[in-house]
Amino acid sequence: MEAVLFFIAAIGALGGAIGVVAMRNPFYSVLALIAHLFSLAVLFLMLTSAFVAAAQVVVYAGAVMVLYVFVVAYVGGGGEPAWDPIKGQRFLSILVASILFVELSAAVLSSALLALGTHGPDVPAGFGDPAAVGRLLLEKFLLPFEASSLLLLIAAVGAIVLAGRKREEETV
Amino acid sequence: MNIEWYIVLSSLLFATGAVGILIRRSPMVILLCLELMLNAGNLALVAFSRSVGNQQGQVFALVVMVIAACEVVVGLGLIVAIFRRKLPLDVDDLTELRG
Repeated sequence: MEAVLFFIAAIGALGGAIGVVAMRNPFYSVLALIAHLFSLAVLFLMLTSAFVAAAQVVVYAGAVMVLYVFVVAYVGGGGEPAWDPIKGQRFLSILVASILFVELSAAVLSSALLALGTHGPDVPAGFGDPAAVGRLLLEKFLLPFEASSLLLLIAAVGAIVLAGRKREEETV
Repeated sequence: MNIEWYIVLSSLLFATGAVGILIRRSPMVILLCLELMLNAGNLALVAFSRSVGNQQGQVFALVVMVIAACEVVVGLGLIVAIFRRKLPLDVDDLTELRG
């Protein structure tokens, strides 16, 4: 049962990822990424991390993707040329990525990591639920938590500065 | 399911995102492929956190999510700025900063 669910979610995630790369229209790429993110949330749930899965759906598939959809609607999905500007670019990049995949997998699987080839240790019932993760965030990782909130604020201000309309530029 | 299935899936997703960054030209789709790579990293972090039975990896994943949101906000702001200045939205044409 668990294996079936894993393979369904894995195929969803992989199909979404390939859709993002292969779709010519950026709008369809965004929709494929949303499917990918939902499949990843299922995988997170299977890894008993309920809070990360919920944050993935609410923050990522909800808020961030809405931002993408708005920008795609504003900018318009310009089609890309079907040909390769650099000869053999597609073939070469797929080759490089296959080498990357083999190398990453080999590096992890041949390592002496604990719990490889097992299901992982048995965890208590509250593992990864919002209360446990929230306690970690507000006690042990308070400084990174505050730093990331500051980073979000800086990013929001930066986006306003970058994309905001400037009066003097319009008159020029 | 054993942990290494998740790790292999994560490296496969990472490689897919890398293909996208290498072959696509629209800056928006390149940002989307960056998201794919960050999410592959997240999946690996959560899988490792499960494999050692420690929740701190999930906090890492949440922080990566925050970083991804910041990157999206700044990247989309740049794309809107490029669009407003009527420059082409194509990474092969945006060569002003090339040395």
